Amino acid sequence: MVRKPTIAALLVAASPLAAATHTVAPGEDAQERLQEALILAEPGDEIVIEAGRYELTDGLSLDVDGVTVRGAGMDGTVLDFTGQAGAGEGFLVTSDNVTLRDFALENPKGDGVKSKGADNIVYHRIRVTWTNGPDAGNGAYGIYPVESEGVLIDGVKVSGASDAGIYVGQSDRITVRNSIAEANVAGIEIENSRNALVENNLATRNTGGILVFDLPSLPVMGGGNVIVRRNLVVANDTANFAPPGNIVASVRRGTGILVMANENVAIEGNVVDGNPTAGVMVIAYTQPFDDERYNPYARNVAVGENVFGRNGYEPQLDGADRLMAAFGGSLPPVLWDGIAEGNTGLRVADGIAGWTLGLTRPGQAYGQANPAPLDVPAPVDASWDDSGVGAPPEFEDRLG
Amino acid sequence: MSRGAAILAAAALSLAGAMAVRAMPPGAGAVVDEAVTAEGMPRTLSEYGFFVDAAAQIPSRNVIPYRLNTPLFSDGAEKLRFVYVPQGRQIAVEGEGLLDIPVGGALIKTFAFGKGADRRLIETRVLLHRADGWLALPYIWNEEQTEAALAVVGGRKEVTTPAGETISYRVPNKNQCKECHGLQGAVVPIGPKARNLSQDWLQDMVAAKHLAAMPATRDTMPRWEDRASVPAEAAARAYLDVNCAHCHRPNATASNSGLDLRWEQDDRQALGVFKRPVAAGRGSGGHEFAVVPGRPDDSILTYRMDSVEPGVAMPELGKSTVDEDGLAVVRRWIAGMPAS
Repeated sequence: MVRKPTIAALLVAASPLAAATHTVAPGEDAQERLQEALILAEPGDEIVIEAGRYELTDGLSLDVDGVTVRGAGMDGTVLDFTGQAGAGEGFLVTSDNVTLRDFALENPKGDGVKSKGADNIVYHRIRVTWTNGPDAGNGAYGIYPVESEGVLIDGVKVSGASDAGIYVGQSDRITVRNSIAEANVAGIEIENSRNALVENNLATRNTGGILVFDLPSLPVMGGGNVIVRRNLVVANDTANFAPPGNIVASVRRGTGILVMANENVAIEGNVVDGNPTAGVMVIAYTQPFDDERYNPYARNVAVGENVFGRNGYEPQLDGADRLMAAFGGSLPPVLWDGIAEGNTGLRVADGIAGWTLGLTRPGQAYGQANPAPLDVPAPVDASWDDSGVGAPPEFEDRLG
Repeated sequence: MSRGAAILAAAALSLAGAMAVRAMPPGAGAVVDEAVTAEGMPRTLSEYGFFVDAAAQIPSRNVIPYRLNTPLFSDGAEKLRFVYVPQGRQIAVEGEGLLDIPVGGALIKTFAFGKGADRRLIETRVLLHRADGWLALPYIWNEEQTEAALAVVGGRKEVTTPAGETISYRVPNKNQCKECHGLQGAVVPIGPKARNLSQDWLQDMVAAKHLAAMPATRDTMPRWEDRASVPAEAAARAYLDVNCAHCHRPNATASNSGLDLRWEQDDRQALGVFKRPVAAGRGSGGHEFAVVPGRPDDSILTYRMDSVEPGVAMPELGKSTVDEDGLAVVRRWIAGMPAS
């Protein structure tokens, strides 16, 4: 491939002198030409995928550091995986300092874009769509960074994922913002990760809107330091369509924000409305586990000022009718299982109603629940240090 | 089985035979060391000089055929494996793990379908040990079977498997090589572990001074042909190590799953017993655990082995058909597992 350093690149001292642009156009052999560009790129290069639809038969992969892959907009450049015959994801990234922006993937057979061990990655205006809507046969994750340090997801849109639309797992220093997660089982899921900022997103028509989890028996555990703020978490009312066996298959239809087995989680400034089971649910991990490193409790979860609309009006909970009658027609927006490790657990701002199942230990049968109105202290201002939460600020330079 | 019978069996099963270490006439052909060690990617397989007669897969001097006790399944392809040890260099040994092939050495593997005169060479993959690490490159054979050309983007080829199935066989691209060969971000060989090579071959290698010493192997993986007569666990664990553990192990492609299928792993949950899926998606098949002792039909492991559908199928790469024999071995192991 001819390498064409531009004058601009030569003038900007910060750019690698050899940086080149590789342009790929739609048409015959697009699979081979696109994959070849991804393989032959060198650090600092940009791969431009011109506008059009690309019918792909295999997964794409990138393993070169510092590459930008740029399309002509998330409706302009569409990588169509409807005919995909191999690989477990549409696009796999395994190198560091990669920027993915302005293109779409449709109907990948497995995951959409997976980045594994790919530090300092930016996803900007990427769309992943399963075009047939919610379906258990759809792929699992739309945007899927895992085992990475430094993740910025900005302006993406994912719909139809049979697990999570935007899933960040086993990672550190994460921002998910300005994004839309619609009609997935889980809209946005932060799992076994630390220092995550989830802000200014719209999560709607999912089974559950925003999930913050920690699970046992994984290489990276101990999730925590997560801020969920200024999101619209509305009308998450799609029936759960996850294949059974997956952890999200247990998410109740109509869960707005769910925190499970995680520590230091702040939920504030969100608009939470139209979620039939609960606006916010805070619970311990209930399955048996055999992992000494694991803490199944939710610890230091703070629900600050949020706008709660109508939630809990059609809860998928045992004894829902009796519960609703007891609480006057719909359940209060904040649901806690009551399970706490010592006196850490849940704090809720004054004026926000909640209720507790009144359970006392992880794994306890719901039949032993002792439902009651929530009576917990209000969050303490500045109770924890949020510096170092979110993607490092220098990632902003890659959005221009 | 007596040693003599074992040698005969091994020789009969591998194209060039286990005894070829000694049988190779000295001076036949010569490998172009520059092609192995210099920067860049040779465009054709012949540039390496690995073969005296490439179409017949007759190797050059110091290019030694080998077979694995339990091989990796690739849609039933016949695989012709060779290791190149540069003149004057030796393979070092580190226990029962990977043979420590010196810089300048290479591993060569040709994939073929069809028997006898109908045999067609499809692709030859080379792993080159360069000063800055291993490099994996795929070469695709031409129709005339006279040359194989570098294909960094891989390709697809219609082939008929030994089971009679016509499939679109996938030649992996350069990045996909790394999905299986990647460990902590670097490319490494995965096949030639001392525990998965015959003792006879290793001894021959030592006698020929290609190998520094006999590796100290505690236990050797069973030969795949003996799978019906060896304990189910040994056959299945060897199969899983060879076919799955290059990804399902710490620091490799599927490390985030927490599933560790290496031969040396003895933690039952790491091996999948009552281990819940993490990112399986519809690959779970509605099952709760990777392995449910006594119940192969309820285990995600066998469900995914039994599929060819992208997003469900395991392994994710190099698979267009179900390995029925491999699946049977794993099912037998799970079925016989005490439910404790």
